[in-house]
Amino acid sequence: MSKVMIYGEIKGGRIKKTAFELASEGRRLADKLGGDLGAVVMGSAGEQFAADLGRYGVDTVYVVEAPELETYNSEYFAQALAKVIIEKKPEIVLISHSMQGKDLAPRTAAKLGVATIADCISFELDGSSLVAKRPMYAGKCYAQWVALGSPQMASARPNVLEVVETPKSGTVEKIAFSADASRATYTTKDLNLDTSGKVDLTEAEIIVSGGRGMGGPDYSLLEEMASVFGPTATVGASRAAVDAGWRTHSDQVGQTGKTVTPNLYVACGISGSIQHLAGMGSSKVIVAVNKDPEAPIFTKADYGIVGDLFKVIPEFNKELKALLAE
Amino acid sequence: MKSLVCLKQVPDTETQIKVKPDGTGIATDGIKYVINPYDEFSVEEALRLKEKFKAGEVQILSVGPDRATEAIRTALAMGADKGIHINDEALNQADPFVIAKALAAAAAQVEYDIIFCGHRAIDDDFGEAGAMVAELLGLPQVTLVTKVEISEDKKSAVMERDIEGGKETVEVPLPCVVTSQKGLNEPRYASLPGIMKAKKKPIDKKSAADLGINAEPKLQARNFTMPAERQAGKRYQDMEPADAAKAVVQALRNEAKVI
Repeated sequence: MSKVMIYGEIKGGRIKKTAFELASEGRRLADKLGGDLGAVVMGSAGEQFAADLGRYGVDTVYVVEAPELETYNSEYFAQALAKVIIEKKPEIVLISHSMQGKDLAPRTAAKLGVATIADCISFELDGSSLVAKRPMYAGKCYAQWVALGSPQMASARPNVLEVVETPKSGTVEKIAFSADASRATYTTKDLNLDTSGKVDLTEAEIIVSGGRGMGGPDYSLLEEMASVFGPTATVGASRAAVDAGWRTHSDQVGQTGKTVTPNLYVACGISGSIQHLAGMGSSKVIVAVNKDPEAPIFTKADYGIVGDLFKVIPEFNKELKALLAE
Repeated sequence: MKSLVCLKQVPDTETQIKVKPDGTGIATDGIKYVINPYDEFSVEEALRLKEKFKAGEVQILSVGPDRATEAIRTALAMGADKGIHINDEALNQADPFVIAKALAAAAAQVEYDIIFCGHRAIDDDFGEAGAMVAELLGLPQVTLVTKVEISEDKKSAVMERDIEGGKETVEVPLPCVVTSQKGLNEPRYASLPGIMKAKKKPIDKKSAADLGINAEPKLQARNFTMPAERQAGKRYQDMEPADAAKAVVQALRNEAKVI
């Protein structure tokens, strides 16, 4: 029995950092409720992460193995996750609001006859009820949500919850599962993964973003900055840059793109439309480089450089390299 | 090809959202409403499928108050054939599960080869309705789709979808539920003749009772708040680029401590 259960997402044979974020938060909630914390992992790769999950407070790691669970599939994963939830009856289930979580959580919730409080940034308890805070309108406002059904399901925005070590046993319990193949689903034909190891915008700790002021598709200055920052940094773009065809749509930050919360957001040649500001306004630190001193982005920036980005960014990169080489 | 397109009317992205003083929701006066941008991709894709197969229909399905009729009419003006408007007080503030139940119940009353939903609505940002409709109808879901190729016999499709750090190509039997992502297409504008024709196209009105669903809520919102107001910080103006760059890099290390 686990009072709180998290779903541990595995990607490319490794467990994601978001699993430890969820475990840390799940541990905190389980302690308050006076119960155990469980984690569900899928596939034969799952068991090896039990010790890692234990370090972040997981008592029991439920490993579900089946041929259908080796590659992510919404229907089979939702079947398996729903099965563990029905068997173990957690009061609270936490999933990451990652690309996979967005696909998995609602299907699982619908199987259980509940809804997920999606994309939460903080959790508290009101008695035994989960109260989750989440942005709406891409961060133009926030609201607290409570789940009226059982279990109380929520998904957490990646990169927001704190990772805390609380060593627990991480005992493995295998869950027997055979997929219900009578339910129609898709088959994966091809996975075309960016092998550069580029982190997704929503999970990046540092985002270097370019807008209309980039003047064209050459983002090498920003790519260079991101690579100096290291593997937790990535390049984003404004809608103007995406609509101009300079960057792919998956790079877009804003209300019709991705809402992001990195530690550092560097906005280069982005004026700061209301939609863009909504999408990145909760970044911890914002740097803006723009030649227009009136650009709205400066009203949100912690550090604003008024100047030509093509002159400023090369100098910035040089300084950064020198500093990070120390 | 018969497509059913789920559509939501949402505040325009230009809207400055304000929370009501008592925190029970947002102040709706003066808001301009539009079709959810991701649903526009759905409408466009459905129209293209009808054009490609030179047969079929595009049906719009929306849950919302009276004003949602405008969004349905806009989709009809783009070229859709007819609409279903689920308008029930009990569903106006409903959560994703209740909305999905209403959409699935309405879908069960009509014929379709494929259902489109936007991958999320840009107002409440839940992004759950599509997958839930699929589950409730026992259909496969293909989410965050940027490319749809329907087979000649209309029994299956090959689709491309966004996944973390790349693309996945899937083959899916039809019918299925697709959630549309930016990149799928460039939605057309309604033409003037289209707008005229749309006025005569049928919109079927439904209530929760017509659909035989109960609207028992699964989620409840409270304490709406505005984000903490961000103050403009330090500004580096009329400086040599090298000096400004150096000052900011140093500040990020020593003051903000983020690098």
